[in-house]
Amino acid sequence: MTFAVPPATDAEPYDVAVIGAGVVGCAVARELSIRGARTVLIEARSDIGDATSKANTAILHTGFDAKPGTLESRLVARGYTLLSAYAARAGIPVEVPGALLIAWDQEQLDELPVLAARAEANGYRRTRQIGADELYAREPHLGPGALGALEVPDEGIICPWTTSLAFATEAVRHGAALRLESPVTGVSIGDDVTVVETATGPVATRLVVNAAGLGSDLVHAMVGLEGFTITPRRGELIVFDKLARTMVNHVLLPVPTKMGKGVLVAPTVYGNIMLGPTSENLDDRTATGSSEDGLAFLRSHGRRIMPDLLAEEATTIYAGLRAASEHDDYQISVHPQLRYACAGGIRSTGLTSSLAIAEYLAESMTEALGLSLKPMVHPDADPQPPRMPNIGEATLRPYADAARVAADPAYGEIVCFCERTTLGEIRDALHSDVPPRTVEGLRRRTRATMGRCQGFFCGAKIRQLLTAPDSSTMAPTARNNEGTK
Amino acid sequence: MTSTGPVDTDVAIIGAGPAGLAAAIALREAGVAGVTVLEREAVAGGIPRHCHHTGYGIRDLHRFMSGPRYAQRYVARATAAGARVLTSTMVTGWTADGGMWLTSPTGRRELHASAVLLATGARERPRTARMVPGDRGAGVFTTGQLQQSVYLFGQPVGTRALVVGAEHVSYSAVMTLRHAGVDVVGMVTDRPHHQSYAAFALATRVALRVPLHTDTRVVEVQGRPRVTGVVVEDIRTGHRRTIACDTVVFTGDWIPDHELARARGLVMDPGTLGPAVDADAATEIDGLFAAGNVCHPVETADVAALSGRAAGHAIAGWLADRRRAARRAGVPIEVDESFAWVHPQRASTTADLPRNKIILRPRVFASSAPVRVMQADRCLWEGQVRHLVPTRPASIPTGWLARVDPAGTPVRIESATRGTHQ
Ligand SMILES: Cc1cc2nc3c(=O)[nH]c(=O)nc-3n(C[C@H](O)[C@H](O)[C@H](O)COP(=O)(O)OP(=O)(O)OC[C@H]3O[C@@H](n4cnc5c(N)ncnc54)[C@H](O)[C@@H]3O)c2cc1C
Ligand SMILES: Cc1cc2nc3c(=O)[nH]c(=O)nc-3n(C[C@H](O)[C@H](O)[C@H](O)COP(=O)(O)OP(=O)(O)OC[C@H]3O[C@@H](n4cnc5c(N)ncnc54)[C@H](O)[C@@H]3O)c2cc1C
Repeated sequence: MTFAVPPATDAEPYDVAVIGAGVVGCAVARELSIRGARTVLIEARSDIGDATSKANTAILHTGFDAKPGTLESRLVARGYTLLSAYAARAGIPVEVPGALLIAWDQEQLDELPVLAARAEANGYRRTRQIGADELYAREPHLGPGALGALEVPDEGIICPWTTSLAFATEAVRHGAALRLESPVTGVSIGDDVTVVETATGPVATRLVVNAAGLGSDLVHAMVGLEGFTITPRRGELIVFDKLARTMVNHVLLPVPTKMGKGVLVAPTVYGNIMLGPTSENLDDRTATGSSEDGLAFLRSHGRRIMPDLLAEEATTIYAGLRAASEHDDYQISVHPQLRYACAGGIRSTGLTSSLAIAEYLAESMTEALGLSLKPMVHPDADPQPPRMPNIGEATLRPYADAARVAADPAYGEIVCFCERTTLGEIRDALHSDVPPRTVEGLRRRTRATMGRCQGFFCGAKIRQLLTAPDSSTMAPTARNNEGTK
Repeated sequence: MTSTGPVDTDVAIIGAGPAGLAAAIALREAGVAGVTVLEREAVAGGIPRHCHHTGYGIRDLHRFMSGPRYAQRYVARATAAGARVLTSTMVTGWTADGGMWLTSPTGRRELHASAVLLATGARERPRTARMVPGDRGAGVFTTGQLQQSVYLFGQPVGTRALVVGAEHVSYSAVMTLRHAGVDVVGMVTDRPHHQSYAAFALATRVALRVPLHTDTRVVEVQGRPRVTGVVVEDIRTGHRRTIACDTVVFTGDWIPDHELARARGLVMDPGTLGPAVDADAATEIDGLFAAGNVCHPVETADVAALSGRAAGHAIAGWLADRRRAARRAGVPIEVDESFAWVHPQRASTTADLPRNKIILRPRVFASSAPVRVMQADRCLWEGQVRHLVPTRPASIPTGWLARVDPAGTPVRIESATRGTHQ
C-alpha cells in the first residue's frame, strides 16, 4: 500500500491544505500536487467523494443551458473539454448519448429557440430543434403528448465515483497527503503559517483552499469571512433496473425552471436508468434521506415522461444535497492577506467543471497568493494519469474479458452477481492507492452490492472480504493489478 | 431449438438449487447422457445452503431435515447420478446463436446445449425496490443476506430488529435473529393476518413474545450511520408511530431471478414476473424450459424440487421425440381477481399430464372457496379449495387439462370467494 497517513503535526508546513475531498477538492489537490506543491487533502468523512460528489445525476454537461456570462458558464464549458479528455486517458467511464430537451406544451415549445439562443451565447453551437415524429422515432418509449425537442448531441454521462477517485489517486501518487476522518474545526492564520485544526490534530500549511461543499460557508467563516450562506437543496432520485436500459436512448431533459434543471430520465454508465432529481430547499445539511413526497413526485413525473419505465423494478433510491447559496454563481474567490482561496457553493454542475475549477484556482493562486507552480504540461505529454479500473458498461468489464480471466482466474470469479464484480476487482480496490474503508466505499470502486438484489446474494460475502480478506486469494498480483501499479 | 450449431452437452441447467439438481437427477435417470448444471455460487445447493433450520424435504424426500443437509443430499445425488455440476460458473448472457456465455475462474467461454433449463430461483425484494424512503443507515437486511451473515460468516447483526413481513420466510428470519442473539421487537405485515402456519405464528407471538402488527405498512427507515427506528402506519386509521430498532429485515415479497429469461426474449407472466410455461415446463422458445422458483415465486424447496423433477422428465421426453413436441402453442390459462397468478400458464395439447398440481396464488384469505375452471361456457373442473392465504400456494388437480379444447379460447380459473381482500 502506498497510502500513508501523514503524522499528526508535520514539522514543515505544507504549501497548501485543501479542505474537503469532494470532486472539487480532489481535482484541486491533483492539479496542485502535479504542479509541485506540497499538498494535504483534509476530509471529514471516511472516504473521498463521499458527500454530494457521490450522489448526483452524473451528467457531463456541455453547459448549453448555463446563465451566460457567469463563471459557472465558463468553467462548465471548459470543464467539459478537460474532463472528456482526461476521462478517456484515465479510463473513467463516459458515454455521450446526447440529450433531448423535451417540450410537453406550447409554452415549452416556444422556449426551445430561446434555449438554443442561450446555448449560442454560452459558446455551444450544435443544438438543433426536432419535431415530434423524429423525437418519437428516437425515443419510442416516451409517454404521449410531447411536441418536439431541442437536441444537444454532446451531453454525456460519466461515472462520478471513478472521477473523484482518479483525481485523488493521481494526487496521492504525486505526493499529496490524504487525511480522512478529520473534520476541520478551526483555522488560525499566522504570519507565515496557517494552522488548520482538525479532529485528528492540527495541520500546518502556508495556504488554504476551501472546497468544503455543503460546509464551505462554515469554513469561510472560520477564516473570518462572510458573503454567502449554503442552503442544502435536496435532489432525490430513483434508479431503475438494468432491464430498463434499452428503453432510453438519450438524456431526456425537461425545459428548465427557476428552481433548477427539473426532472430528467437518463441512462447511467452502469447500465441503469435514473429518474430525478427533485429540488427542495432544506435546513439540515446532513438530510440525505429520501422522502415519501419526493418519491411520489418522481413517480408522477416518471409516469408522464415514460410510463413503461415505472413498470420496471427500482434498484435503488437516493438523495444528494446541492450546495446552493443566495448567489447565482459559484463562490470562487482568492484572499491574499489570508493566504486563502475559496471554491464553495458549487451546486449543480461541479462534477463537470471540477478540472476547470482546479485550473482556474491554480492560476489565481499563482497570481494572487504567490504560489509557485510548475506549468501543467500539455495534456498529451504529461505523465500518464492513473489507469482506473473500468466499472462502466460501454467497455469490456473484467468478467467478460477472456484474456484477462485466462491470465488471472480471480477475474473469472464473480462475487457480486447482479453487477458482475469479480474477486480480482475487489482485491485490486483493497490494495489501491486510496483504498475503501467501508462496504459503501468498496461499492463505489467496484459496483459490488449496488445491483438489483442489494446484497441478498453477496452482501455478507462482501462484508467478509472487506473486514477479513483471506490473504491467499486477496494478495495483489503485480501482473494484473493494472489499477494500482 | 436453443443452439443452432454443434452442442457441448445435451442439457444445460442454469442453477443448482433444489429445482435444477432434481431436474438433473431425473434427466440422468431417464438416460440422458450429457447433463451439465451451471451454478454461480462456489457451493451448489441453492438457497437451502444457508437456511440452518429444519423443515426441508417433506414432499420430495419424505423426511425432515435442515436446509444445508438437504442441499448436500441433492448435490451428492446429482453427482452420483452422473450430472456434471460446475460451481463458480455464472451464465452471464446468451450468444447470438442461442448458446450461453459462461464466466468462471477456469475461463470465459461459450456453452451450447440441445435443451436449456432455467432454474435460477427467486430473491426477496430489498428495501430500495420497495421504495421505502428515509435514511440509508446500516442495519437493513433481506432474510437471504441475514442468514448468510449469521450462518455462513458469523457476522454481528445488531441488537433490536424489526421484521417486515409475516410469511413463512419472515418466521425463518425471526429464528435466525434469535439464533444470533438479536431481540426481535416485532413483525409487521400490511395484510390483515399473518400468512404462515398457525403453529409458527402462535409460537412466535406467545413463546418468543414477538408482537405481530397486522394492517401495518412501513413508511420510513430512520437513522444514520445506523438505523434507529422504523416509522409504521396503521393502514386502517392512518396513525403513524416509530418502532425503535437498529436492524430491519425485509422478508419475502419475492421476485424471480428472470434476468436471463428476459435477456433471451421470453415474455414474462404479469403475475409471477417469471417466464410463462406449460405443464411440461416449456417456454415459448422450443428447447428452452423453466422450473422452480423462477416460475413460481416462491414455493417451499420440496415443491421447487418436484417442479424440477417434472421438468427433467419432460425435457427427456422432448429430447427423445423432438418433432412431436416441436409444434405446440398451448391454450393460455388465466385467473380472475381472486388470484395473483397461476402456474403453469399454458395448457399444451401434447404435454403429458403433469405429476405436479396446478399452483394458484390467492389474493384473499378464505378457509374454503369454490373454484371453477372454465373454457368459454364449458366447465372443465369444479371444486372447493381450502386454506386460501396470500403468498401461499393453493392447488387444484390437473385431470381437466386433458379436456382443454386446443383450438378453444383461453382457460379461466374463477372463484366466487368472499374472502378478506388485500
Ligand atoms: C441531485 C444532484 C444532481 C447533480 N447533478 C449533476 C450533474 O448531472 N452533473 C454535474 O456536473 N454536477 C451535478 N451535480 C453537482 C455536483 O454533484 C456538485 O457540484 C459537486 O459534487 C460538488 O463537489 P464539491 O467537491 O464541491 O462538494 P462535495 O462533494 O460535497 O465535497 C465537499 C467535501 O467537503 C467535506 N467537508 C465539508 N466540511 C468539512 C470540514 N469542516 N472539514 C473537512 N471536510 C469537510 C465534505 O465531507 C465533503 O466530502 C448535482 C448535484 C446534486 C445534489
Ligand atoms: C430464508 C429462506 C428460508 C426458507 N425456508 C424454507 C424451509 O424451511 N423449507 C422449505 O421447503 N423451503 C424454504 N425456503 C424456500 C426454498 O429455499 C426454495 O423454495 C428453494 O431453494 C427454491 O429452489 P430453486 O432451485 O427454485 O431456487 P434456488 O434455491 O434459489 O436456486 C437457484 C440457483 O440458481 C443459481 N443461479 C441463478 N442465476 C444463475 C446464473 N445466471 N448462472 C448460474 N447460476 C445461477 C443461484 O445461485 C442458485 O443457487 C426458504 C427460502 C428462504 C430464502
